[in-house]
Amino acid sequence: MTEAVEPDFDVIVIGAGIAGCVTAYQLAQAGHSVVLIERGETPGSKNLSGGVLYCRSMMEVFPDLLTEAPVERKITRNYIQFLNGNSAIGIDYQDARLADPTNAVTVLRAKFDAWLAEKCEEAGVFLMPGVRVDSLIKEGDQFVGVQAGEDALRARVIVAADGVNSFIAQAAGLRKKEPTNHLAVGVKSVVTLGKEEIEKRFHCSADEGVAYAIVGDCTEGVGGGAFLYTNVDSVSLGVVLRLDDLIAKGKRATDVFDHFLEHPFIAPLIKDGELAEYGCHLVAEGGLAMMGELAANGVVIVGDAAGLTLNTGLTVRGMDLAVGSAVAAAKGIDAALKSGDVSKQGLAGYRTALFASFAGKDMETYAKAPAFLERPRMYKEYGELLGNILYNAFNHDLTPRKHLVAVAKDSLKKSRVKMKDLASDGLAGVRAL
Amino acid sequence: MKKMSIPERLASNRYVTDEEESHIVVHQELAKSTGTGKRIIAVCPAHVYAEEADGTISVEYAACLECGTCLAVASPGALEWHYPRGGIGISFREG
Repeated sequence: MTEAVEPDFDVIVIGAGIAGCVTAYQLAQAGHSVVLIERGETPGSKNLSGGVLYCRSMMEVFPDLLTEAPVERKITRNYIQFLNGNSAIGIDYQDARLADPTNAVTVLRAKFDAWLAEKCEEAGVFLMPGVRVDSLIKEGDQFVGVQAGEDALRARVIVAADGVNSFIAQAAGLRKKEPTNHLAVGVKSVVTLGKEEIEKRFHCSADEGVAYAIVGDCTEGVGGGAFLYTNVDSVSLGVVLRLDDLIAKGKRATDVFDHFLEHPFIAPLIKDGELAEYGCHLVAEGGLAMMGELAANGVVIVGDAAGLTLNTGLTVRGMDLAVGSAVAAAKGIDAALKSGDVSKQGLAGYRTALFASFAGKDMETYAKAPAFLERPRMYKEYGELLGNILYNAFNHDLTPRKHLVAVAKDSLKKSRVKMKDLASDGLAGVRAL
Repeated sequence: MKKMSIPERLASNRYVTDEEESHIVVHQELAKSTGTGKRIIAVCPAHVYAEEADGTISVEYAACLECGTCLAVASPGALEWHYPRGGIGISFREG
């Protein structure tokens, strides 16, 4: 038997996003030596989200999150909108209870993740920015380190927190190329309007804000949706387009985004705004079906890299699940390091902890959501049907009025939506969501 | 907000450009025969890819926002795409 090379660290974490930072932070706090490797020139510089963080899981890790971290606004108003070409129907849900305790905040990841990485350094994590991990080092059946250019680093456990593309998870044999119906492209602009203008335009108080979730003509009928979130002095707005449907409909992502920005009901919201930044992100939408093995010998995957994202129709979640997976991974890795068994079996505590937590349970609860959201009528016909019913109710064109049920029946008759579609989609929706 | 072209939008971003090597390689024959070329043009938010007069796909790698969507829609072997070297490429200030 050959003498094993002494590892440089207990744990190598690849990627200083939310999942990576929280895993690194918790393991350092548990007394392990941790290096956090980030390919961006500074932590956060490669990271982008739509921007709503459901923050309760993060507040369990950082109790002073809301006072210390660079969060933008507390989301106390959720606006759900069916957008058609010439009509829009919205549910405007505002609730003081969402502020206390704070349920969700907007964040801009370049700033937020930089703060997270600082917290890691304070906890004793060794941060290496500007370094791209090229490959994993394997000895026998065990992954023992990473290669970055000429440099090799060794650790007992490697955490792949390198995002949705996770080349490391693929190298470890934990992920394969995803089918395009599990993936969407998010295209986003951050538009500066000024703090006072935000509060005036979106009817919000000094530190509170709104999250719009939009479906319909915002994507020109492509499966997906649009969003608009208020930051302190800017808005983040964008579209999320399911790749299989975008390609099937022969549309260009940037044309769909422009159509959204120029929509007569959206354009006034960003009128006279200045573009601060233009970005995009690949979004995993497969839900539980996308999640596979979470550990190999000496390696675990967390956050986006593990496919931990959820679109429930009303809420789009990734960052809170990243925290959930990080907390579970830290627990599993801590136990593995203490027992001395860092094989796949030794790291199995991660999976157990994850599915005992809200993050794993929510992935299970919404397992049928992705298939439901692939049903096509959500993205065009239902919004138009609703718009037509309301139009016929409000449009007093001197024809004799009809009862609302009759108006609805007439509109349904003229729509491409059939009664059996409504019944089938309704039932599937109830089961999935 | 006034309408801006994609290059104008990208101009508001910060990039550290790699002058020496591209992190993207299109294999032209496969890109054409598999339809990959058309798909990566359609999905890329940064307009990195364009079809030239001779039918080949050109690559403006310095504009890349590093989302990986092109790789997700590419047929096997038609596109090589990896992250730029450490510290190089897009550098978000908002994110």
